[in-house]
Amino acid sequence: MTAYLLKRLAIAIATLVLASIVVFAVLEVLPGDPARLMLGMNASADQVELLRNQMGLDAPLAWRYLHWASGLLSLDFGRSYTYSVPVIDLVRERLAVSLPLALIALALSTIIAIPIGLFSASRRGRVGDMVAMGAAQLGVAVPNFWFALMLIYVFAVWLHLVPAGGFPGWAAGAWPALKSLLLPAVALALPQAAILARVTRSALIEVLNEDYIRTARAKGLPYRAVLWRHALRNAMIPVLTILGLQFAFLLAGTIIIENVFYLPGLGRLVFQAITQRDLIVVESVVMLLVAAVIAVNLVVDLSYAVVDPRLRTRQ
Amino acid sequence: MTLHIEIPEDTFSGILAKAFRNTAFITGFIITALILAMAIVSYVWTPYDVTKLVIADKTQGSSLAHWFGTDHFGRDILSMIMVGARNSIAVALVAVGIGMGVGVPLGAFAAARGGLVDEALMRVNDLVFAFPALLSAIMITATFGPGAINAIIAIGIFNIPVFARVARAGALAIWPREFILAARAAGKSSTQITVEHVLPNIATLLLVQGTIQFALGILAEAGLSYLGLGAQPPMPSWGRMLFDAQTRMVVAPWMAIFPGMAIVITVLGLNLLGDGIADILDPKSRRQR
Amino acid sequence: MKLWKTLLATAVLAFATATSAFAARTDLVIGIPLEPPHLDPTAGAAAAIREVTYANVFEGLTRIGPNSEVLPDLAESWTVSDDGKVYIFKLHTGVKFHDGTDFSADDVKFSLDRARAENSINAQKQLFAAIDKVEVVDPATVKVTLAHPQGSFLYNMGWGDAVIVSPKSADTNKEKPIGTGPFKFESWAKGSSITLVKSDHYWGAPVFLEKAEFRIVPDAAAAVPALLSGDIQAFPFFDPDSVSQVKDDPRFKIVVGATEGETILSINNKKPPFDKLQVRQAISYALDRKAIIDGASAGLGLPIGSHMSPANKYYVDLTGLYPHNVNKAKELLKEAGLENGFKATLKLPPPSYARLGGEIIASELREVGINLEIIPVEWAQWLDQVFTKKDYDLTIVSHTEPNDIGIYSRKDYYFNYDNPTFNKIIADLDLTSDEAKRKELYAEAQKILADDAVVGFLYELPKVGVWDAKLQGWWENAPIPANDLTKVKWSE
Repeated sequence: MTAYLLKRLAIAIATLVLASIVVFAVLEVLPGDPARLMLGMNASADQVELLRNQMGLDAPLAWRYLHWASGLLSLDFGRSYTYSVPVIDLVRERLAVSLPLALIALALSTIIAIPIGLFSASRRGRVGDMVAMGAAQLGVAVPNFWFALMLIYVFAVWLHLVPAGGFPGWAAGAWPALKSLLLPAVALALPQAAILARVTRSALIEVLNEDYIRTARAKGLPYRAVLWRHALRNAMIPVLTILGLQFAFLLAGTIIIENVFYLPGLGRLVFQAITQRDLIVVESVVMLLVAAVIAVNLVVDLSYAVVDPRLRTRQ
Repeated sequence: MTLHIEIPEDTFSGILAKAFRNTAFITGFIITALILAMAIVSYVWTPYDVTKLVIADKTQGSSLAHWFGTDHFGRDILSMIMVGARNSIAVALVAVGIGMGVGVPLGAFAAARGGLVDEALMRVNDLVFAFPALLSAIMITATFGPGAINAIIAIGIFNIPVFARVARAGALAIWPREFILAARAAGKSSTQITVEHVLPNIATLLLVQGTIQFALGILAEAGLSYLGLGAQPPMPSWGRMLFDAQTRMVVAPWMAIFPGMAIVITVLGLNLLGDGIADILDPKSRRQR
Repeated sequence: MKLWKTLLATAVLAFATATSAFAARTDLVIGIPLEPPHLDPTAGAAAAIREVTYANVFEGLTRIGPNSEVLPDLAESWTVSDDGKVYIFKLHTGVKFHDGTDFSADDVKFSLDRARAENSINAQKQLFAAIDKVEVVDPATVKVTLAHPQGSFLYNMGWGDAVIVSPKSADTNKEKPIGTGPFKFESWAKGSSITLVKSDHYWGAPVFLEKAEFRIVPDAAAAVPALLSGDIQAFPFFDPDSVSQVKDDPRFKIVVGATEGETILSINNKKPPFDKLQVRQAISYALDRKAIIDGASAGLGLPIGSHMSPANKYYVDLTGLYPHNVNKAKELLKEAGLENGFKATLKLPPPSYARLGGEIIASELREVGINLEIIPVEWAQWLDQVFTKKDYDLTIVSHTEPNDIGIYSRKDYYFNYDNPTFNKIIADLDLTSDEAKRKELYAEAQKILADDAVVGFLYELPKVGVWDAKLQGWWENAPIPANDLTKVKWSE
């Protein structure tokens, strides 16, 4: 077990290092000079050179990579070119929007999906199941940004119930802040809920077909009791896997949604940083997201191994 | 569900018979066929020329002349949706092609070889998987410039590990089977076995995954175009139509409603088709659903 | 029981706040389209920096007023020597920076010397190029000596780039701007908003607002709902394309003013086939300015026929030179040996005037046989590829610097245009002070650019301001990038 754990960990770290090289290399070839962008149309070539020097952009490539990578290890992400504040501060500020958003979306999607999955599984093949699964099919097909537009139109433009975009900041109070995260969270959650409901349903059905469930039924336990006490618990493994994966996905999925709603989150930060050639911010945020995905994958892998010892030996 | 009439699994007519009784398949097939037909028709006929701007007719609502209204340049939205279908389909289809063309051989190879080769290929796979797809697509288009071709590449790259994983998992399940052992005993090389026995047996799996990725590709293309990174004007694209619509939601909501519905219907059709195929051809999944 | 008391207290408090709201409001939320990269106008070109800080946080020796006039600011008066080379500025006394530091002539010398220093990263260094030396006469008097007379010197000193900063805070102004203005910086929620509050010890006429928040709203799609819901009460720079969504609402006032932004279809004059006069003229004939203004700017914005704002006193109307005429355009292309048309690229920066205008122009040029491939670029790429490396065929951009016809005479400017006759006129202009003669020279310069069809002249970018009808005191025009809040107040 320890050997397996160590191997997984080593692989995760190797992936992370490779990813950092890829990210750094890709951004090097990104066209456009951050110094020129900051100075604008009237600046002379000398001025641009001077600023490049001040920003440390003229140092050799390998040196800059090592400098950046070693900084990452000590959580020193460098300073943003455009905002000239430490990147870590920016990231912290933005996570205060993106993380709650992703968490609310995840919670919403779970709250919607699990009951629907249960409902559908318990009524497999009947009208209720077909309606629920039809709705889930539809939910999977809706692009979240279009759904967001429709939500804005109905709830913000027509009904004036929630703001159409922007974020007042947590300093403005918990309720106004949460209110402005509501529509984005719903827009993010719907397609995820649709996927999750389908997974829950099929996992439950799979479990319900297992022998021990039949035995439990044969012993005379009521169907509902079987469903809740045995089936759901066992079906949770694939459901939790999907949930874990979805969280990483949701963090990245905030890019589009945050752009639709003008939320100052991590996704919007990285999108703006790309257009503003704030390379150091792009590098750091991308690495952060990549690290999050790798960490989640690692946890999922390890929890599988805990549940199913056979997996440890197979690879 | 329990009282299933036994149908011979392998005959073509048997499969066809099942297909005709599968609602998901029929619905998905019809929708997909209609969208494809719409794209093809757009080559020879559209109600209006989508490259001609008629500023005087801008942002008109639905009417007999313009069923879905006009956009901010006075172009007919129905015509744009028809032509836009071409773009969506082409991008998603080629991206699936890239994913299959590269991913399937990789996955099959990894399964056939096993050991270090397998390990190495799967680690590269992990690396690609570790990048949130949309983020990398944005970086790719920021580097090489926005456009349909780069959108295809960006989406295609992320199809590769998906197909590699599916092909590998499928192949691994096939390899221990008796007919493979027999072929091995007959002295066939692993490449031969892969081509002759493994690939045909995982074709169903790949077909189903292909439809799913096709649908995802259409969504991804719409997302990239919405961010301004997909096909460029004058080529209409559904995602960019939604971007144009966003600033005009108050005065011209139809500019957002109809292209969005086109995306939903297309993706829905493809997903239903994929589910249907899986239902018909894969007995295991039939039991589950 | 305790809970009830708390609730009651809250209710009473809320009521008190509500009643006090019947007095004129003193808070304001302003929507701005772009987030400033930082807040130091002496170290960056972004207009967004000035749109927050100009006249509000930072002040210069002089300032530019709503109609482009030069007004006294930190300098209460000045004298100019007869040879036009020595300026003596008399400064206001009792002025304090927001951190409590006293303002004096030393700060003026420090600021001007810093801006023109060798290693300065001031984005408009040329504003200070004429300065030979700056001397402190006494704490309230500064003497500036120029190397040569410069008619625009007082105007230059009114730019956002020439504001006076304190040596104590100069290096931290990017994050925490400290100036002498009526508002002091309070907080900046990155990606979201910047808040200014009234300064306690302002030297000048008191302002009306206690608190002003600049909320960053990058897209009109969010601007309209925010305006309708009252979250944001003013958009001094509103997207013209969205005006139709609010124009019938009596709660808002819509003011269309002038900017100094000549929006043009820039042409790479050295790149074949654009080096041929007939081709450039053909493009000019193919452009339908009315359709472009209607489609890209909601019908707002005045057509231009050369590089001069119609609001400028030197303006000559040359819009009739190339009327929209497809046949004439085709004829000219034929003369140039291109009767079968040709292909070219059109690189478009992010603003909506460029992206929307580009689609229209591509469609218009297609009609005469010129097939344009549209390439959207970000500002970083635009500056790099188009502006610096001149790797482009056509592009659309608004030149927002005031009175900037001289850019056509700049060596190696991105138009790749080089006309000795034109260059001579611009050189003469610098040395001419006689008003009638200047007018004549400016007219001639405009005429040459139009005749040569150097670029496709489109229209003057409008400044569309939309704000709550109860607000007063805004600038109507935008002679420089600024959101001057010193006169803004709520009526009632």
